[in-house]
Amino acid sequence: MASVSIRELNKKYDNGFHAVKDVNLEIRDKEFMVLVGPSGCGKTTTLRMVAGLEEITSGEIRIGERVINDLPPMDRDIAMVFQNYALYPHKTVFDNMAFGLQMRGYSKEEVGKRVKEAADILGIEMLLERKPRQLSGGQRQRVAVGRAIVRHPQVFLFDEPLSNLDAKLRVQMRVELKRLHERLETTAIYVTHDQVEAMTLGTRVVVMKDGRVQQVGEPLELYGRPANKFVAGFIGSPAMNFVDVSISGDGLRAETEGLRLQIPERLRAHGGKRLTLGVRPEALRIANGSDQHSFATTVDVVEPLGNEILLNFRAGGVPMVARVDPGVRVKAHENIRFALDPGRLHFFDAKTEAAI
Amino acid sequence: MLIERKWKKWLYFYLPMAAFIVFTLFPFYWMAITAFRPDAELYATWRQPNAAPLWTLQPTLEHIKGLLQTTAFPTWLWNTMAIAIVSTAISLVCGMFAGYALARLRFRGSEFLGTAIFITYLVPQTLLFIPLADIVRDLQLGNTPWALMLTYPTFLIPFCTWLLMGYFKTIPKELEECARIDGATRFGAMVRIIFPVAIPGILSAGIFAFTLSWNEFIYALVFMASADQKTVPVGVVSELIRGDIFFWGQLMAGALLGSVPVAIVYSFFVEYYVTGLTGSVKG
Repeated sequence: MASVSIRELNKKYDNGFHAVKDVNLEIRDKEFMVLVGPSGCGKTTTLRMVAGLEEITSGEIRIGERVINDLPPMDRDIAMVFQNYALYPHKTVFDNMAFGLQMRGYSKEEVGKRVKEAADILGIEMLLERKPRQLSGGQRQRVAVGRAIVRHPQVFLFDEPLSNLDAKLRVQMRVELKRLHERLETTAIYVTHDQVEAMTLGTRVVVMKDGRVQQVGEPLELYGRPANKFVAGFIGSPAMNFVDVSISGDGLRAETEGLRLQIPERLRAHGGKRLTLGVRPEALRIANGSDQHSFATTVDVVEPLGNEILLNFRAGGVPMVARVDPGVRVKAHENIRFALDPGRLHFFDAKTEAAI
Repeated sequence: MLIERKWKKWLYFYLPMAAFIVFTLFPFYWMAITAFRPDAELYATWRQPNAAPLWTLQPTLEHIKGLLQTTAFPTWLWNTMAIAIVSTAISLVCGMFAGYALARLRFRGSEFLGTAIFITYLVPQTLLFIPLADIVRDLQLGNTPWALMLTYPTFLIPFCTWLLMGYFKTIPKELEECARIDGATRFGAMVRIIFPVAIPGILSAGIFAFTLSWNEFIYALVFMASADQKTVPVGVVSELIRGDIFFWGQLMAGALLGSVPVAIVYSFFVEYYVTGLTGSVKG
């Protein structure tokens, strides 16, 4: 068990591509830290630098008190689960799981005991004599996890381990991973591009973009108080609606084509400026007569999902979506008024995109 | 509809396939039939009554007997076998390491090196034997098996390297990364994980190399002088064509016996061989 500390980490490839820029992260002992972001954001490169599979251009990585920058992967006391499982195709499941222990010179009894223990935890005892090609995707994933846990490493690294599974299995494995982490209490770093996975699994979540950390925080903190427009748009599905507004003279009114809103007192200082207004789909509801903050629009598309209905419409010149109660009866092309709660609005600087 | 399909399948598949098989196998058939045909039949004209050019009525073992008793054929067979095995082994070992390095290691000039190795393969042997003859003479290897065991790798190593490089590239690099995290060194991961996974590729490179050295003619002709040092392809041609007389029966018997080991090797590994050339590895 150990903490992982990443300081001023940079990765520049030979072709000049700067994949990771000044990343600073403190991953606490027993924490499940998720790195999330769009492809090419540097999350996998960061993970691979922790694993020792990618050279560090500058900066420092510590596991516990040890600086591991120049240690080969085998000496870092980590285990990694890969997206394509990377099971050794010529070895049985037992040998796949035992390989790491055998390489480290454990006795035959100890190897057998640990593999059996891990197989028990993952429910794969009956697969131990099989070869990887005889396994289904979910079973392979379990073996890959088993191979990681037999070694009792200080840190688990997961590189998009669920992306090759079908949607249903992914949800199931997600829960199992979370349960496993609670049981083993090992520090874990988990890379994914799926924000739902990030939110459900992470003790804390790191959102990355273009090689930089955008925000680090607990899932609900990222959702409730995004640090900038990127995080606000990335976390949450359907994504947050954005519309450019100008703050009018008295500083308390946001205006754009077809939209005029009373805004909170704290924005008085931004009077006369242009800002980006962010509204989560669930912050919109269908207005009744008494709502002060409302606007009229026409619904284009209705998506009834069962537990909720998504209404697509245009406001302020941009497409937006609202998430409403399944009991609401709205048809496409119907004129409607939406109300919103001024307390649940987000504002971002139009230039820097930082939250205000 | 169904009948029409069957008819089409015959026309477009079975018929061309049958023609192809006959075309490919006829020389082998001819070789076999000639090896067992008595001289009287071999040298008779086709116009003679009861002529049966495509089969024989009195099969005989006299050519095979003659080949084994009057020539050094068993020695040639042994020479060819030893030379093919040693040169294949040398080439495979070098090709495995070189192919791995070119496929996996990033180092300055790796691409140039890969191309350079390939270009050496393109230099024709008919040109290369001249300088090689000089080297073989300087090292006093002429007329010893080592002359061939060491010169065959000049074309086998580039060949094995390229074939194996292609195969290694199909193996996901995560396998190796995982092994390195699991506690293996780079070399350990290569030997314990990558090589076992690449067995189909290694076997097909080996079979190819073995066949190439088994059938090699020009180096064997130039570097080996005495009858007891020759390989099968050279021995058969140089000892059984005397002046302008072709001993067809014994020539074909030699060719037949000479191709048996290669055929055995192929049939034994045919499945690996096919996946080695076409397949890739799934993790």
